[in-house]
Amino acid sequence: MQTLSFSQKLSRFIISWILLMMLWIAFTSSFVTQELLVGVFATMIISFFTVNLFTCCTLAILSPVKIFYMVKYIIVLLIALIKSNFDVARRVLTPSLPINPGIVKFKSKLPTEFSRMVLANSITLTPGTLSIDIIEDTFYIHWIDVKTTDPEEAFKEIAGQFEEILLKIF
Amino acid sequence: MSIMEIIGGILIITGSIFLFLGSLGILRMPDIYNRIQAGTKATTLGAMSLILGVGFLEPSWLLKILIIIIFIAYSNPLSSHALARAMYKRKWYPLIKGDPEKMDAYREVNTNKEKEEVKS
Repeated sequence: MQTLSFSQKLSRFIISWILLMMLWIAFTSSFVTQELLVGVFATMIISFFTVNLFTCCTLAILSPVKIFYMVKYIIVLLIALIKSNFDVARRVLTPSLPINPGIVKFKSKLPTEFSRMVLANSITLTPGTLSIDIIEDTFYIHWIDVKTTDPEEAFKEIAGQFEEILLKIF
Repeated sequence: MSIMEIIGGILIITGSIFLFLGSLGILRMPDIYNRIQAGTKATTLGAMSLILGVGFLEPSWLLKILIIIIFIAYSNPLSSHALARAMYKRKWYPLIKGDPEKMDAYREVNTNKEKEEVKS
């Protein structure tokens, strides 16, 4: 675990406090003062003790540009998810089962582990791909219909659009 | 019937259709990795749209349903990834049409590890 400076810790503490408070409001779905007060203290204590474990993001994630790209990312991901469902439906309903499975690998430029995890999760939800392993910066992807075994082209085909947006967020 | 109920009903029906297609995929696909693929995608969107449909029928639950949807979208790919990786480590190699050396890039990692273990 890397050592953090005080300002980094404070920034993580505040962002996890905000996120947990949002979660609290979503769970209780009420705006009564008493419940909000209990929520403020409970989430403050939790985020104080988990500041070393909470590695996903810092306060910088609240900048409007990043929020815009996050919304864009969610929309792109939803479209990919719907596409992949129709893809599965098409393959399942075709009598001859049009598959040509294989495992391809490619390298990603994403810096942090958290962003790699997000990319791997999104790859699993895109049409015809399933992430099997990440070793350092190399992704191993099971592809239901292999079009190319070349890492560069496979990267463009599978992860290009996601990484472009993720690089702007993280 | 209000518009909310109609939208909710449509969402629930779409979700169950996708879930059905996913289970059909699990039956029809030839090996474990393809089955995981069909299962993951269909259950993610199917469960999400089914639960969202319930949220439209019962609007006071919408916020909690949003949490459930985020959790499904987050944990479903993770679990399928863990399953696939575990199966590969147990040497259940994927079905491959054609040359396994070329089409299976992950095998080099595993065979290298085995060689190191034999040496040490």
